[in-house]
Amino acid sequence: MSLEKKISELREKREKMLLGGGEEAIVKQKSMGKNTARERIMAILDAGSFNEYDMFVEHDARDFGMDKKILPGDGVVIGTGTIHGNPVAIFAQDFTVAGGSLGLMHSRKITKIMDYALNMRIPLIGINDSGGARIQEGVNSLAGYGEIFFRNTISSGVIPQISVILGPCAGGAVYSPALTDFVFVVDNISKMFITGPEVIKTVLGEEISMEALGGARVHCETSGNAHFFSSSEEECFNQIRRLISFIPGNNEMKAAVTETLPPEAGYEIEKIVPADPTLPYDVREVIRAVADNSDFFEIQEMFARNMVIGFGRLGGRTVGFVANQPLEMAGVLDVDSSDKAARFIRYCDAFSIPLVTFVDLPGYLPGVDQEHAGVIRHGAKVLYAYSEATVPKLTVILRKAYGGGYIAMSSRHLRADFVFAWPGAEIAVMGPEGAANIIFRREIASADDPGEMRRQKVEEYREKFANPYVAASRGYVDAVIEPSETRRLLLHGLEVSENKDVHRPWKKHGIPPF
Amino acid sequence: MEKKEGDRLIIDHTSYSTRLSRRFTSRKPYEPPVAGRIQSFIPGTVVELLVKTGDTVKEGDDVVILDAMKMKNRLKSHIEGKVVAVNVSSGDRVAKGAVLVEIA
Repeated sequence: MSLEKKISELREKREKMLLGGGEEAIVKQKSMGKNTARERIMAILDAGSFNEYDMFVEHDARDFGMDKKILPGDGVVIGTGTIHGNPVAIFAQDFTVAGGSLGLMHSRKITKIMDYALNMRIPLIGINDSGGARIQEGVNSLAGYGEIFFRNTISSGVIPQISVILGPCAGGAVYSPALTDFVFVVDNISKMFITGPEVIKTVLGEEISMEALGGARVHCETSGNAHFFSSSEEECFNQIRRLISFIPGNNEMKAAVTETLPPEAGYEIEKIVPADPTLPYDVREVIRAVADNSDFFEIQEMFARNMVIGFGRLGGRTVGFVANQPLEMAGVLDVDSSDKAARFIRYCDAFSIPLVTFVDLPGYLPGVDQEHAGVIRHGAKVLYAYSEATVPKLTVILRKAYGGGYIAMSSRHLRADFVFAWPGAEIAVMGPEGAANIIFRREIASADDPGEMRRQKVEEYREKFANPYVAASRGYVDAVIEPSETRRLLLHGLEVSENKDVHRPWKKHGIPPF
Repeated sequence: MEKKEGDRLIIDHTSYSTRLSRRFTSRKPYEPPVAGRIQSFIPGTVVELLVKTGDTVKEGDDVVILDAMKMKNRLKSHIEGKVVAVNVSSGDRVAKGAVLVEIA
């Protein structure tokens, strides 16, 4: 056979493989509003950069008639390419081939590209669209999942791992996304759950739709399992590319530094935060007023909204913003907001991304449900994460910083590098009303006019303690600054901390309050 | 999350103007457990009632067998007393927290 003939034979073989489960299955996939596995990869990666491997892999299962079944690529596509010119490894389960079910060779393809990503220290993107374990392959399927989970864990904190849920991802399979850094979901397409509606109905008699149980919205709003919500696959792919632009390729690199862009004109930073500490405002406006180009890439926007987290740039450098949100639940710390912040802080620390914290909170959310849900151990995660982090930590106290909340939110005591406070900051053990009621209880009770006495004492406390100067007099605050100086000082703080080098005692690992 | 502008949240005697989350507004008020109440701890099916109204039970006596999660769970009395009410019959499907039997 001539080489030309062999080349044309290869082309034919490839053509066949590129069709995955065949035209009929592709039509079905499309009718659900879904792209095919290869289309998804192409849309995420830079045009023309994708190189596919293991296209001709075949399963060798024999039982249950599997010996007669041909599954192109064994239901998963793997390869490498680039995003904004940076190399990434990627896999996409192909639902058109046996429902994207995971058999032994399918899992070996995934683990091959995972090993590659880790060895090459490049980000890994996994697109999940699978009916689950390939039952016919029995325990080999389970072994496959286990091998994936192990690699997810070992790669955690070394390379960025991104999961994209573009179809069902059920049962044990959900634990791979759960072990990765960021989970992307798309409305009406993503479905994630450990036990599906059928099982729940038979065992517990509870009826619920797949969407209400584990749809995109549920995981973004209620469970907190997902980080980015989109209404379409296209929007999701753009978000992934945007995320990649903020983060480094591995834990020994630093995120790319871009040119410095000033915030957009029109942000009057003095006018965003009301002087009255009981009045709400959107803290994201403060972030936009200081960030380069007023660009803020929010993470988990719909979950625990009383805490705002996300990426932005200051002087071209990526930073992780963490901020209490007075607009929602007065910006309190509670079980979910603590979880949300702590995980993000640890992400930033693992990938050398400086932390910028904006503080304005009344403290922790009171309530039996919070106490019983473990607000002690969840709240402790924030303290742990900030204390443990050795990346540059810059804190700006915008207004209230009361009690345990003050300590938790990147205070000097947890080793913030720079703590700035706006002149309206109230750094105190609690708000004036609460404090006066306790300190002056007797005076208030024995006064002729207790109401008037309370007012007086609240005012007295406010004058004396509800300001940034008591904390500044002890050096807990480095500088009391005008709001308009915030950006300049943050940029300077980052510049000064560029080569920050802090070491902790050797340990195998800490024991964070998981 | 549903939004209502102008909601208030009180923390340390201070009333904050803010939005309240649905999770917060729909939280169930705490109810202390009542010792004589035999409740289903999980949704399930009542398989067998081991007592009837008027029976005397000792602490630790089995009262109801509840089939849930493929297990026949024996629910016991936490107190000594008299059965004052039996609210279910065998074969009934019960929700989580349903009061099955009351002992006083």
